[in-house]
Amino acid sequence: MSSVAHAEGHDHKPEGFLDRWLFTTNHKDIGTLYLVFSLTMFIIGGAMAMVIRAELFMPGMQLVDPAFFNQMTTMHALIMVFGAVMPAFVGLANWMIPMMVGAPDMALPRMNNWSFWILPFAFTMLLSTLFMDGGAPAAGWTLYPPLVLQGGNSFAFAIFAVHLLGISSIMGAINIIATILNMRAPGMNLLNMPLFVWTWLITAFLLIAVMPVLAGGVTMLLTDKFFGTSFFNAAGGGDPVMYQHIFWFFGHPEVYIMILPAFGVVSEILPTFSRKPLFGYTSMVYASASIAFLSFIVWSHHMFTVGMPLGGELFFMYATMVIAVPTGVKIFNWVATMWKGAMTFETPMLFAVGFVIMFTIGGFSGLMLAIAPADFQYHDTYFVVAHFHYVLVTGAVYAIMAGVYYWLPKWTGHMYDERLGKIHFWWSTIAVNVLFFPQHFLGLAGMPRRIPDYSVQFAEFNMISSIGGFAFGLAQIFFVYIVWKTVKGGKPAEARAWEGAKGLEWTVPSPAPHHTFETPPEIKPDMIAHPSNAH
Amino acid sequence: MKNLKMMAALGLLLASTGAWAEYGLNMTPGVTEFSQIAYGLHMKILWICVAIGVLVFGVMIYSMIAHRKSKGAQPAQFSHSTTAEIVWTIIPILILVYMAYPATKALITMEAPRDKADLIVKVTGFQWRWRYDYLNEDVSFISSLDAESNRVRQLKSGEDPSQVKDYLLNVDHPLVLPVGKQVKFLLTADDVIHSWWVPALGWKRDAIPGFVNEAWTKIEKPGIYRGQCAELCGRDHGFMPIVIKAVTPEEFEAWVAEQKKSAVAGRVQPIADQS
Repeated sequence: MSSVAHAEGHDHKPEGFLDRWLFTTNHKDIGTLYLVFSLTMFIIGGAMAMVIRAELFMPGMQLVDPAFFNQMTTMHALIMVFGAVMPAFVGLANWMIPMMVGAPDMALPRMNNWSFWILPFAFTMLLSTLFMDGGAPAAGWTLYPPLVLQGGNSFAFAIFAVHLLGISSIMGAINIIATILNMRAPGMNLLNMPLFVWTWLITAFLLIAVMPVLAGGVTMLLTDKFFGTSFFNAAGGGDPVMYQHIFWFFGHPEVYIMILPAFGVVSEILPTFSRKPLFGYTSMVYASASIAFLSFIVWSHHMFTVGMPLGGELFFMYATMVIAVPTGVKIFNWVATMWKGAMTFETPMLFAVGFVIMFTIGGFSGLMLAIAPADFQYHDTYFVVAHFHYVLVTGAVYAIMAGVYYWLPKWTGHMYDERLGKIHFWWSTIAVNVLFFPQHFLGLAGMPRRIPDYSVQFAEFNMISSIGGFAFGLAQIFFVYIVWKTVKGGKPAEARAWEGAKGLEWTVPSPAPHHTFETPPEIKPDMIAHPSNAH
Repeated sequence: MKNLKMMAALGLLLASTGAWAEYGLNMTPGVTEFSQIAYGLHMKILWICVAIGVLVFGVMIYSMIAHRKSKGAQPAQFSHSTTAEIVWTIIPILILVYMAYPATKALITMEAPRDKADLIVKVTGFQWRWRYDYLNEDVSFISSLDAESNRVRQLKSGEDPSQVKDYLLNVDHPLVLPVGKQVKFLLTADDVIHSWWVPALGWKRDAIPGFVNEAWTKIEKPGIYRGQCAELCGRDHGFMPIVIKAVTPEEFEAWVAEQKKSAVAGRVQPIADQS
């Protein structure tokens, strides 16, 4: 099967299962591990979402205790953010960045192995808190004190898991920066890099900047709980709101950590299926960098209701609104990329277009939330839940799906079943809108988030939302089947799997041999993903 | 395509809010100056977003229909236009300024220092009730979820919530406030952070242990206004509603006098009597 892979002379995959996967230093295998892990977490986190939607299907408490419900909302978010979305993008980065810049592997392959193998242990520990005395954390993924400190001793395990995730992310980020800055093939200068590489470079700097802040914040929670400190306890001279500042100084860049690589994926896919160069490559790079910078100075918009001075509210409102400008530039550039192209709508393109439209809807509700006087009403309602699921599910997750369909032929050597892919897209897209669009109405009508039961006036939209939720969940099981089927077999993929695809990764055979670019490729103009900027 | 239809449907629905009011599709204008400001801003920004959405999605959809390979479209090769880039940077900035101006005015109105309060109410959140102290009147009481809702909301109670009047939004002792008076709230909490929210007043404000937040309202219309705790505060976060009974100043005076006379009903009692 790997006969084509001998173009470069050898394809030395380790023989044994443990040698191949546990001790691996190969960026492609580690990328696969990340992606499989992410998919597993996506299913587990999704199962928790199903519990939430099942309890909310009707008014009244039918299934779970409210305390367990709170554990579900908390764990669903922690798992989706740290276990599903972030590792999926690291997996895509591992697979694609070396191939996109003409490097033989990641710069620090052994550390790469460690960054990944921390994750299964961290999540085993985090999930095991569900079965411990005191249960899983139940104060929301933001872990606000004093509430979070009311939990049992299992909290220490959750904190340690968060520390491990931070270590893993920082090592991954260091590796990505080192690879991009040091391992590019001659001729692959920074402004020749695919946008996915650019957005990941920026994301990696964000990760290094903010993961230590989260680690510091949760360590203070740990000492407040177990060692008698009073960082967040007013009775001891501390301040619970200080935690919120620390958390969101991490948390807002974190949401861009989850969306910038998505921007990158979509910026690769739209030109391919429009058969037309990416519009405004340079401004895309600058817009990404601006968004990353702005992400550090908007954190308090998550806290408009804690009682801030007028000056603070105005500053954070303005800074947040300004983010709409570079984000708008990106959306307009994508539309201009499609404009006058020769489009076809294979599954990656469908997910990418779905991303642009639905991420924009999430952007609109984000702009509304930025308006502080209106946020006094929106804050902590289902309107917020609708907003961040539009940007994270139909945003980040859709981009990941688009990327998986786009590069699956390169990874497996097989084309996925196009008909099934399209069914998956339409099924998901209808379901996800039935799921999240009514939540805007619920929030505006006054339903707070994170409640296990509600007044009967919210019954209709909750039932609709739950039906959408179950349908969306089922669609993702179907996705697992499609991927599995593609791994097992299918129409052989050509090296350049898509007619309009540009970039170095499409110059190597499909499936990509175990080792690629052991000698740096000679970069010719037609190998550059977005050649239009060559001036 | 589907999304455009959805946007159009949303627009239509919002345009006929009257007919849909019972389904609770949209924010309500409320009964205070602040709530009307919030509502006005909300509608303004919403319509601007809908307009931008129709424009951007319209262009996309046209492009997806017209510029298809299956229709024999030949791809153009342009990849940048400085003019276009400048235009679609400047126009959004102008739109944002247009949004920021009323938002700034609204914030300044809402946060303006006030010197005279007709009534000061201290609101204390604790798991999972609200305590209200009328500071100058020597009236205090604890407000909890009403017994009927509390019975039906128990896990697997088997009872139908739709048979309970104002399920989960009713309390034993509502907060009674006079209309047309400046009311100052001092918000704090005993254990964890709560957030006091009655949508009809137009804001929510966190009640934080060890700190006192300030908020103001002047209710314009007598009536019953319901809300809930809006900050996750533990197991029964979903079950600590807020009910305001807004009455005329005369009725309010009579109510206060009655409260002072009868020290029984609703006075602060040990809180261990309910679960």
